[in-house]
Amino acid sequence: MTSCADGVDAQGLAARRGYATLFANLRFAASAGCALTVTGPNGSGKTTLLRIVAGLTAPVEGEIRWQGHPMRPFDLRMRGSVAFNGHLPALKDELSAEENLRAWIALDDRSPVDDAVGEALDAVALARQRRLPIRVLSQGQRRRIALARLRLVRRPLWVLDEPLTALDAEGVDALGALLDAHLAGGGVCIAASHQALPIARERVRSLALSAP
Amino acid sequence: MSGSERSSAGIPLPGADASADGDSAGNARDSVFAAVGWALARDIRVALRSKGELGVQLLFYVIVVSLFPLATSPSREVLATIGPGVLWTAALLASLLSLSRLFASDFHDGTLEQIALSPRPLMALVSGKIAAHWLTAGLPVALMAPLLGVQYALDAPVLGTLMVSLVLGTPILSLLGAVGAALTLGARGGGSLLALLVLPLYAPVLIFGAGAVDAARAGVSAMPQLSLLGAGLLLALVAVPFAVTAALRIALD
Amino acid sequence: MLINWFRFSSPVSFYPVAGSWSYAFGATAALLAGAGLVVALYIAPTDATQGDAYRIIFIHVPAAWMAMLIYLVMAGWSAFALGFNTRLSAMMAQALAPTGALMAAIALWTGAFWGRPTWGTYWAWDARMTSTLILLFLYLGVVALRAAIEDPRRADRACAVLALVGAVNVPIIYFSVQWWNTLHQGSSISLTGAPKMAMTMLAGILIMTAAAWCYTIAVVLARVQAIIVERERGAGWLESLIDLRAAR
Repeated sequence: MTSCADGVDAQGLAARRGYATLFANLRFAASAGCALTVTGPNGSGKTTLLRIVAGLTAPVEGEIRWQGHPMRPFDLRMRGSVAFNGHLPALKDELSAEENLRAWIALDDRSPVDDAVGEALDAVALARQRRLPIRVLSQGQRRRIALARLRLVRRPLWVLDEPLTALDAEGVDALGALLDAHLAGGGVCIAASHQALPIARERVRSLALSAP
Repeated sequence: MSGSERSSAGIPLPGADASADGDSAGNARDSVFAAVGWALARDIRVALRSKGELGVQLLFYVIVVSLFPLATSPSREVLATIGPGVLWTAALLASLLSLSRLFASDFHDGTLEQIALSPRPLMALVSGKIAAHWLTAGLPVALMAPLLGVQYALDAPVLGTLMVSLVLGTPILSLLGAVGAALTLGARGGGSLLALLVLPLYAPVLIFGAGAVDAARAGVSAMPQLSLLGAGLLLALVAVPFAVTAALRIALD
Repeated sequence: MLINWFRFSSPVSFYPVAGSWSYAFGATAALLAGAGLVVALYIAPTDATQGDAYRIIFIHVPAAWMAMLIYLVMAGWSAFALGFNTRLSAMMAQALAPTGALMAAIALWTGAFWGRPTWGTYWAWDARMTSTLILLFLYLGVVALRAAIEDPRRADRACAVLALVGAVNVPIIYFSVQWWNTLHQGSSISLTGAPKMAMTMLAGILIMTAAAWCYTIAVVLARVQAIIVERERGAGWLESLIDLRAAR
């Protein structure tokens, strides 16, 4: 795997949790238009790896590069380029779906174009629930709103942690459509997933972590 | 982060469509204000949606203040002597109680990560959150205190000084408390640990705040104490967001 | 001198150094303490106003000074830990906190026993005792935070931030407590008034302070060794070191 100037490139990554070493000397690359699936048993460090790529955690050793530039945690360039969907849907219970999404768009320094929020919720089949507080929605519905956020806050690098959790068939299709559009537009996606991502095989490479 | 960078197939990078040149200082300033405004508006909206919780925290203040006469004596002299101390100490405890909603709820539902990962300056976002916290927790206590001061046989000029001292002091409590709240995110020990960390730091605020009211009671000018509180507030405004940002990034690690 | 220090900045190379220095400082502390106690109990004259009860200041004053000093040193190591991201600096800060808390507690305890025969009360809210009490709370806060955070690296950095925030606040706290005390005590006897110092008394206090310092260094180095063993377990060098020792 050669280093690529238009995606994520990692060399010699090592991570620990507490006193245990999760992985060491890890190398991978994901260039524009391709998706990298991270697989491995529970506890092998998939989430930690994703958090390192997103810039939340520093690796114990090694280097991550985004578009050729080395990245430290909370690097400003990285923060502007990555969309991170972790285990939690990142929604305030007290606000409605629409208010949550508007807030994320505003945080991203844009104003919503026309009814972009409405369209995004439509695409994940939650248009009718847009005014309801998140509190009353189910886990699967919340995960779908998180997908809608991916569509609205356009970033070149997607880092997704178990994106298929709690999604029904419709949700899986919506995720597939989103991923296809994203990769076709030259975006990169790194996802941890037990199941195969719902996109064409050719676009996906796999990275397997072993048990610690 | 220059505007001339492009991805290989046209996905807009942040900053690529913003004005690349000219007035970068102005842009930075706008960005800071916008970030503070975003956090302030969002947190106030969330707090107002759980008005019950705000009400309970204010009620806690009222109840604690009302307990002390039961424990001491209803005589006016005793109450007037302990009044300033009680009103201030109860404000400290009420502040401690309300700190849990500053960062903990965002931490537990994942929104804090998103905020930390946004390209906006985290210090500005944090300042907005702390400002929202003060407006929904500290300011109501400061406004409520004169009403309760009447229970303690304190008269009008003293009550005025009480309110001013609390208006100056409660933001400092919010700021210092934010440091403790950020450091204890995700740690065991909950509220007691937070109290252990934060109450020693609160001691100077308590000394000067209650001291100001005592001075007013004695008929002396409270300006020295109030000026010191004001100076402390300015120092905290400058220094604390930096420490809180560092603590938040450590907690999200 | 500077280059020399960085050679010891990894836990691996510092471990054996810590061991030998710990013994050296411990022995020195014992000698100094012996000399100091001789001065304290025999050589220093009986005080005119306070009798023999004042002799407890030979423990009280060094302990109070060390409590203050250790906090500054701990804050210094914390600054290194945050600035240079070194593990050993954070371990030193971690090792210092319990000893600082102990010194503060000893200062409070001995202060109470000094107050009782001299002024009739175990605890009076005078400025220095109150400030030392708050300092004790600050130490306990650092220790408690360390215990409450699971991940050791995260605990390192969180405690470093807390120590620095505390360090900035310590002068403010001292000043505000001093102000509070003078306002309320007014013209009553200053409870921290040590007896007018004869030269021997001063010498005794200085010797005991040096002893306390050496004791602190000895104990902290020993504790750092224990912390290194705990944190670096699983790293190969530790096992080979133990094998070497066993083989000898």
